[in-house]
Amino acid sequence: MIRSKSFQSRLADGIIWAVVLLMTAACLFPMLNMIAISFSDKSAAAGNMVGLIPVQFNLDSYRMLIEDHQFWRSFLISVLRVVLGTALNLILVVLMAYPLSKSSREFRGRNFYMNFLIFMMLFSGGMVPLFMVVNKLHLIDTIWSLVLPGAVPVFNVILLMNFFKSVPASLEEAARIDGCSKLGILFRIFLPISLPSLATIALFSIVGHWNDYFSGLIYMNKAANYPLQTYIQQLNVDITKVTDASQLQNLAAVSNKTLNAAKIVVSTIPLLVIYPFLQKYFVTGMVIGSVKE
Amino acid sequence: MKKKRMAGQAGYHAMLMPGMIFLIIFNVVPMFGILMAFEDYLPAKGIFHSAWVGLENFKYMLEIPDSMIILRNTLIIAIGKIVLGTIVPICFALLLNEIRNKLMKKGIQTVVYLPHFLSWAVLAAIVVNIFDYNGPINSLIQSMGHDPILFLGSNTWFRKILIGTDVWKEFGYGSIVYLAALTGIDPGLHEAAAIDGANRFQRLRHITLPGIMPIIMLMVAMNLGNILNAGFDQVFNLYNPIVYETGDIIDTYVYRVGLLGQQYSFATAIGLLKSIVGCTLLLSANGFAKKFANMQIF
Repeated sequence: MIRSKSFQSRLADGIIWAVVLLMTAACLFPMLNMIAISFSDKSAAAGNMVGLIPVQFNLDSYRMLIEDHQFWRSFLISVLRVVLGTALNLILVVLMAYPLSKSSREFRGRNFYMNFLIFMMLFSGGMVPLFMVVNKLHLIDTIWSLVLPGAVPVFNVILLMNFFKSVPASLEEAARIDGCSKLGILFRIFLPISLPSLATIALFSIVGHWNDYFSGLIYMNKAANYPLQTYIQQLNVDITKVTDASQLQNLAAVSNKTLNAAKIVVSTIPLLVIYPFLQKYFVTGMVIGSVKE
Repeated sequence: MKKKRMAGQAGYHAMLMPGMIFLIIFNVVPMFGILMAFEDYLPAKGIFHSAWVGLENFKYMLEIPDSMIILRNTLIIAIGKIVLGTIVPICFALLLNEIRNKLMKKGIQTVVYLPHFLSWAVLAAIVVNIFDYNGPINSLIQSMGHDPILFLGSNTWFRKILIGTDVWKEFGYGSIVYLAALTGIDPGLHEAAAIDGANRFQRLRHITLPGIMPIIMLMVAMNLGNILNAGFDQVFNLYNPIVYETGDIIDTYVYRVGLLGQQYSFATAIGLLKSIVGCTLLLSANGFAKKFANMQIF
């Protein structure tokens, strides 16, 4: 690479750095501000005096949070939901992606199923009829209402199917000659070599289940059964219900800002824990998902 | 031989069975609910015994002023997000690509991808805090000698906040595809152009941009399919009755009318219309991408 260090080039470099760092700071500041508020004194937070550094550092809000039973109940519901939901998603995705990765000559029903799946992905009956079905099945107020309606993530089936297609046919042929069954081929040949793709899909599921507040909101009648994101969303409800401007002006003064900030910080910790994996696999997932020649 | 092949087919069908059962229960059965759009649905009578009204619900939709408002809001917000949500990630990717310090680059990427992974339930709280009447942005405005603005209660600002914060959340993650495309450009081209005396800006115009053009076209096509999706989660968590006039979109309206107001038939009719238009757009987008970029979405 030829690097001419002319004045213009240096100026351009300076501008590039400035813009990139400014955009990065814009992403970082709101999060750091939230963390700082959670460690600050109540009145300082209510008076909007907290920037990036906590004012009168203390752990009061976290002490209060530890005793908030509903928060931890919702936290556990979310964890359980992530475990059940991701397991179910993975099993169904794997079982569906394998037959669909065959050509329509090997598996004659393939195109029918494929068109069916694409139709399912594009078109839906809407939230009202789905709510009625969930209601009829008596799933309201159970963990299953959060897990079963989204049991088949169609997009992920297609993602994994495309990966399975790239597995050399000779591998499967060899296994079949050695007397391996279809399930055997799937679990002993296909799964071990598609671990990165599976990790991507598992992470999609984990993040999707953890972040979903809406099914908790419509399928849970009792607030005690809310998953964590619905619980957090309910903290915001004050804002979405205000009807005149003066209420909106005094939001900070009436809500318990430091405690809410602590709740938000703790609710994102599980995501931060898996974030290194997310970064590794989501990037590949995004690229294989969107670019298909 | 034939028998064995049949057995193989049965095995494939069996593998698809569990997933198909779930799809039939939770995706196909609710589609019968679409019938409600053509009925005066009463929960007591059920879907198959409620009075049939034909296109009455759709006619009603054309008559009420709400329809125009929510359609206008949806289109303005969605188009704003598509335009800025395409331009900003491309610019960011191009800028980041110029940074040679590997460690800094990695650190910056770590930070800017993060908001994508947080839900709007969490981000709404963060956005409300930042744009609060007494919050950091208003402190900045006041220090410059202006009056504070009630951003989330202002019909002039609300849509701008929606578009801006959505771009803020997604620009980092959205830049990933463009960064990947940028690494695919042959460095030899840049070297040759530099030897011929092309400056950075000329190389950007004549090598880099043409190099990532197919991906840009694909992403634009994909986004156009979402022109009726203005982002339910974001609006739902940030709006309030003061800004319904500028912030209420089709999805939030369907939610309020259908699930809260229990006008099931009317809500289903709106949802159906939106679904049909959205589906058509997405299919044309796929066709477009296939034709012009030789790629397809599904």
